[in-house]
Order: sequence, then C-alpha cells, then structure tokens
Amino acid sequence: MSGAVLATTTRSGFRASQYLICLYGIVWREALRFVHQRGRFISALVRPLVWLFIFAAGFRQILGVSIIPPYQTYILYEVYVTPGLMAMVQLFNGMQSSLSMVYDREMGNMRMLLVSPFPRWFLLVSKLLASTAVSILQVYAYLVIADLWGVDIPSWGWLTVLPALILCGFMLGAFGMLLSSLIRQLENFAGVMNFVIFPMFFASTALYPLWQVQQSSPILGDVVRLNPFTYAVELIRFALYLQVSWLSLAVVGAMTLVFTAGAIYAYDPARGLLARKGPA
Amino acid sequence: MTATSALLARPVAADATPLALEVAGVSHAYGARRALDDVSLRVAAGHFTALLGLNGAGKTTLLSLITRLYDTRHGSISVLGHRVDRAPGEALRRLGVVFQARTLDLDITVMDNLLFHAALHGIAGREARRRAAAVLAEVELADRARDAARKLSGGQMRRVEIARALLHGPRLLVLDEPTVGLDIASKWAILRHVRSLVRERGVAVLWATHLMDEIEADDDVIVLHKGRVLAEGDARSVIAHAGAGDMRNAFAALTGTPGGDA
Repeated sequence: MSGAVLATTTRSGFRASQYLICLYGIVWREALRFVHQRGRFISALVRPLVWLFIFAAGFRQILGVSIIPPYQTYILYEVYVTPGLMAMVQLFNGMQSSLSMVYDREMGNMRMLLVSPFPRWFLLVSKLLASTAVSILQVYAYLVIADLWGVDIPSWGWLTVLPALILCGFMLGAFGMLLSSLIRQLENFAGVMNFVIFPMFFASTALYPLWQVQQSSPILGDVVRLNPFTYAVELIRFALYLQVSWLSLAVVGAMTLVFTAGAIYAYDPARGLLARKGPA
Repeated sequence: MTATSALLARPVAADATPLALEVAGVSHAYGARRALDDVSLRVAAGHFTALLGLNGAGKTTLLSLITRLYDTRHGSISVLGHRVDRAPGEALRRLGVVFQARTLDLDITVMDNLLFHAALHGIAGREARRRAAAVLAEVELADRARDAARKLSGGQMRRVEIARALLHGPRLLVLDEPTVGLDIASKWAILRHVRSLVRERGVAVLWATHLMDEIEADDDVIVLHKGRVLAEGDARSVIAHAGAGDMRNAFAALTGTPGGDA
C-alpha cells in the first residue's frame, strides 16, 4: 500500500464555488440515498394515497365542505384534503430525514458531515435543502396521481405551489432536524411519531376546515390555530389556487427561522445539546 | 507543575520540532461525569504517536474534541498552529479522521463515498475523481470502486475510510481504534500502511488504541488513564520511566491495572 503523493491543502478559506460544490455534494448524496431506498419513496407515496383513495372517498358522502377561501365554489372532499396530504408528505419526509440523522449519528455517518471544514450552519442548511428537494419530488409524484384520480388542480397551481413547498419543506425539515438533536437513540423515535407527528397532523386543517373543528370543539380549534403545521397546509392550499395566505406565509416564514436557528444551535459544538450528552 | 506533568517521561516534541497537534489543559465533562481532566499532549509533525488507554479512558472524547464534534470549553487544541475553537475550518481541513465506528454510507458505492467526502472539502469534478482513484489505488482497492460499500469486508471498509481520510491531503491523521474487530492480516496491513504514510509522506498520526502490540519502540506514546495523561514520550523512555521491561508492564505499572492489553 504505497504510491501517489497527494497535494496538501495550504490555502486559507473557501471560495464561493467551493461552497456550491459542498452544497451540491450533500444534495447529490441525499438524492442517491433516495434512489437506493425505493421503499422510502413508495411508502412516502402510499401513505397520502391511502388517505385519498380510502379515507377521502368515504368522507365525501358525510362531510360537506362549504365555500371557503381559496375555493370559489363547493368542492369535493378529495379536493379539500389534497393540500393537507401534500403537507403530510413533507411532514413525514422531514421526520424521515430526522430519523436518518439519528441513524447516521448512531452509525457514525453524521460525523463525517460534521467534521467537514465548512461552517456547521452551512452544512446543516445544505442538508435541509437536500431534504426539501427530495420532499418536493415526492409531493409532485403524489400530485400526478391525485390529478389522475380526478382531483382538479389549476394548471398554474402546479407552478405557483412550488415556492410554498420549498418554504414548508424547509420548515418541516428544520423541525425534524431539531427533533433529531433531542433524540438519543432510534428506539425513541416511535415516541416522536406518537407525541409529535400524529398530533401535528390531526390537530391541523389538513383534514377538516377550521370552522368545523371550532364548531365541534373550541379548545381543539385553538390548538389547531397554534399548530404551525396548520399554516403550512394553508400556505400550500392558497398557493395551489394562485393565491397567497399572508398570515400563513408569515407564520411559516417565522417558524422556519426559529426551527432552523434551533437546529443550528443544537448541532453547534460550542453551545449545542450533543456535547452534553456524551458519545452516541 | 501538576501531578500529571510530573509523570511525563519526556516531552514528545522538543520546542524546535514543528507540532501537528497541541492539546493544552483540556478538560471535558458530561454533566457531573468528568471524562478528561487537564489533558495536555503534543504530536510532532511526521511522527507516529500512540494514544494508549483502556476503554473509557477518554480517548474518544479527546478525539471528538480534536475533530470539533464537541466544543473545547476548558483548554485549547491546535492543529498545525490553528486553534480548533477559533479557526475550525483551517484546523479541520488539515486533519484526516478515521472514527472508531464505521462511517461509510453503505447504500452507495465506494467511489461515491469518496466523492461525497471530496465535496465536503470543496473538491469536485475531475480533481475529485483523480484523488479518489489515487487513494483507492494506494489501499489496493481500485477494483472495488464501483461496488456498494456494504459489499466490502470489515478490513476493506477500514482501508476505504483511511483512503477517504487522506483524500484532501491532511498533514495530521487521527484514528480511533482503527483495528478493532479486524482479523490479524487486515490489522497489520492497515498498521503498515499508516506507518508508511508517516515515513514516506511525513504525515503525523495520532493512533488511539488499547492494544500494546501495535506500538513499536520508535513510536511516541501517550498513556491516558481515567481522563488524565500519565506518561508521554517515546516508547523506550515511557518503559524506562515506569521501571518496566516492556510496554505491557509499563502500562500496568503506570495505571495500577493488571498486565495485558489495555
């Protein structure tokens, strides 16, 4: 085992192009893993489709959706739940990404990312972008099937929803990353599913309009209003129909900043939570 | 002078020798449990330095601090003159790391693992491929570049991890118990390769281990026990200082533990 002499790194700092190389590398690896883990893609797709094909088909007969913004007419229940299921895809992807970070940390892969000489915040934001890109692919795959199923989506909506998906994907990815810093072992992840993901999804406007929730339980209505996932759903819903929900945009934007800052803090070796816990 | 430094056999690096790594007065605790207590040590450029200690001695914690997985809250660590806390980017780009746990992504190919690491150091395209091919050839695994990492044996994975650690041209290589779990042939092949890096390229190596037979007479040795440095110097002087006949007995005398591998 001997041979080539390699050049030594001597220059200080990184050029902008090297930051792009690093970002590209992280996104590319996430995409490669996604391609190799076909089960992940299929399960990401099957989950919302089960809701669309079975749950929504059953509920359309018993649940009427009156005319509420952004809709300008009565709509089928399948149409109503579609934005919620799109957000659901992103929520589960964010959590899947979080799960993979815990796994990577246990297996050691995460360390290779964290000992890169690039700034820690940049590495984490790059990982979030990579996870967001994957979630957007999943959402569009779901949308194609929903469209074939008869869910009518405005042609321009396919495009105008993209910025909302980027922002929501980033928010939910950052939330997952923050959670991953708090989870020591994979075994604890089931608790996250029960105590975080399901309540977040069900206590939102993904499945029922706020006014209906409010009518049946004012307290639950307040919980739905306080749930950031509600605003992700509404941001996507309005964007899909070429409108902007400014309140949702503000809440999702603010929560994205809060979760991202929290995740960067948690993974910062100087202040974060990992160093206090000891070797994983 | 602290109780720790009083036990030093001889400073690893004389003042005139350039230092690849300098750890000064580092302490670290996990809650109430103190893992490192006022640890100071030096690794000279172009030297093979063994960090010898039992499981739980603090080796992995120290390596986590050197690689900035954890922040250094007490004391300082410098890699080739760059403080890890103040200029982490400069320190980390001069450092190659092989962790105790396997860190290859098993789902992607050997080459993709190397290219990912290259990207994490801002290296891409033809240059990244050239370097990846060169380091793979060095560890005699050029023919496995297209294989998924999970198809490699434990020893081959370790060799790929060493190749990856060298890809960005570091001057200091830090390895945390790299031969644990390997068969004898793989173990000695890896040790020979790492020693050749020291001899032929002048790479400084910090080799954390609990296995005495991995240490040679010319190596520098740092004995770490219960979070404290008990002895530091070349192997001969550590053995002489402990009044022992070999490293095994020297370690036992210094740490008050029974003989045998640490």
